[in-house]
Amino acid sequence: MQNSVEVINLSKSYDKKNAVKDINFQIKENEIIGLLGPNGCGKTTTIGMLLGLLKPSSGQININGMKIEKDRIKILQNINFISPYIELPKKLTVKQNLVVYGKLYSVKNLKNRIEYLVNKLRLEDLLNKVTGELSSGQKNRISLAKALINDPNVLFLDEPTASLDPEVGDFVRTFLENYKREKKISILLASHNMSEVTRLCASVLMMKDGVIIDKGKPEELIAKHGRKNLEEVFLKLTRNKNEI
Amino acid sequence: MKFNRIYGLFLRHFFLITRSFPRVLDLIYWPSIQITLWGFISNFFASYSTYYNNAVGVILTCAILYDFLFRTSIGFNMLFLEEIWSRNFTNLFISPIKISEIIISLIITALVRALIGLIPAILLTSPLFGISLLDLGIHLLFLFLNLYIFGITLGILVSSGLLRFGPSFENIAWSTMFLLAPFGCIYYPIEILPEFFQKIAYSLPLVYIFEEARNILINQSVDYENIINAFYLNLIYLITAISLFYYSFEKARKKGTLINIGE
Repeated sequence: MQNSVEVINLSKSYDKKNAVKDINFQIKENEIIGLLGPNGCGKTTTIGMLLGLLKPSSGQININGMKIEKDRIKILQNINFISPYIELPKKLTVKQNLVVYGKLYSVKNLKNRIEYLVNKLRLEDLLNKVTGELSSGQKNRISLAKALINDPNVLFLDEPTASLDPEVGDFVRTFLENYKREKKISILLASHNMSEVTRLCASVLMMKDGVIIDKGKPEELIAKHGRKNLEEVFLKLTRNKNEI
Repeated sequence: MKFNRIYGLFLRHFFLITRSFPRVLDLIYWPSIQITLWGFISNFFASYSTYYNNAVGVILTCAILYDFLFRTSIGFNMLFLEEIWSRNFTNLFISPIKISEIIISLIITALVRALIGLIPAILLTSPLFGISLLDLGIHLLFLFLNLYIFGITLGILVSSGLLRFGPSFENIAWSTMFLLAPFGCIYYPIEILPEFFQKIAYSLPLVYIFEEARNILINQSVDYENIINAFYLNLIYLITAISLFYYSFEKARKKGTLINIGE
């Protein structure tokens, strides 16, 4: 399978302080990779560089065979992002937001695309509601619809189920699993929810202090470190430097 | 450059305005109050000042022109700030919209916002004060065009600061026009200013625009040199502002402001 995302010797430093240091990884087509690490380990910085919001200090990012520093706009046409820390304009209705982003991504047959997403994400009753007046679970589904409006083949998810109740969280996870299977998209999932990562991800990158300290399939990491689950592996790796 | 993306960003703000009656009211309210106030002041000066007694509408006309400049500039900044306040900044910058498309879209939207506010105010001046902006003739268009360019230039400059320094630059966004107003010679001739201030004033397009507006109304003649000077200066400032916006965007990508500003 072809690599949708290639990260080669990527580093980012601010005033001589390394936020991300010389990391390498790939995401294949139809694959979900987990990005784990404690707060401040460099996950958001890495995603920021992948989205073109941050300029790398050194290294290279290729997405869909194009370099982000050279073809940023072309790459952005086919990728998207969800994070609970960013929102859609609160005063607009759900439909207006989807129309706006549909136009920004130059989506062809926008009406059909919105109908498809409304159907898939069960948004029928929310379309004409004001986005700011929705519950966090409903907003999450709207953000998901916005993130899929351009039919991306690469999706970056930063804690997509943070602050959601278990029912909505499960809905989002199941949706992502099915959507990936149907569309064969590549996903990078940054999360603190270890059971979510174990369930969804083919492979996991463990980050600490801007460096990838270990990587592999969740079950392989669990076996390698002699722990019962991924959470214990996470705690072992992030707490004890000598065990790296 | 894609029309769809420009239209998309325009729609985002158009929906915002049309969905909220208080927002429309806010756009109309301030220019109308401002112009009504200056209308009465204008009437007073016209009755008691020898300088203005030949042209009743000079102050009021200049007030309308200044308000157009103010609304255009603030309008551009507001559109940019709106993205920060609504935490939509990241969503916007991870969409495939180009910087040039953002600028064009905001320029168009700022004009629409300014006109929504100004047209009712201009319509008020005729029945209330018996003054019509159309007295400036075809030259009104040149004056408006120059003010519009300078207004969006200031908007782009301030937005560059917001991009580079984040929301902490917000206070500057509100105060720019007040800082420049004394040098603009909006309500008085440039001779009133001290010599050093006159030099600063001549480096801005505003003084040429307002001097010309007074010249047309008081002397009933047109000095095209003023209009051309204003246009050349505007062109220099606009190119500088757009370059600075691109530079600030790259600087923000380097410093990480684009990530932090949206959260």
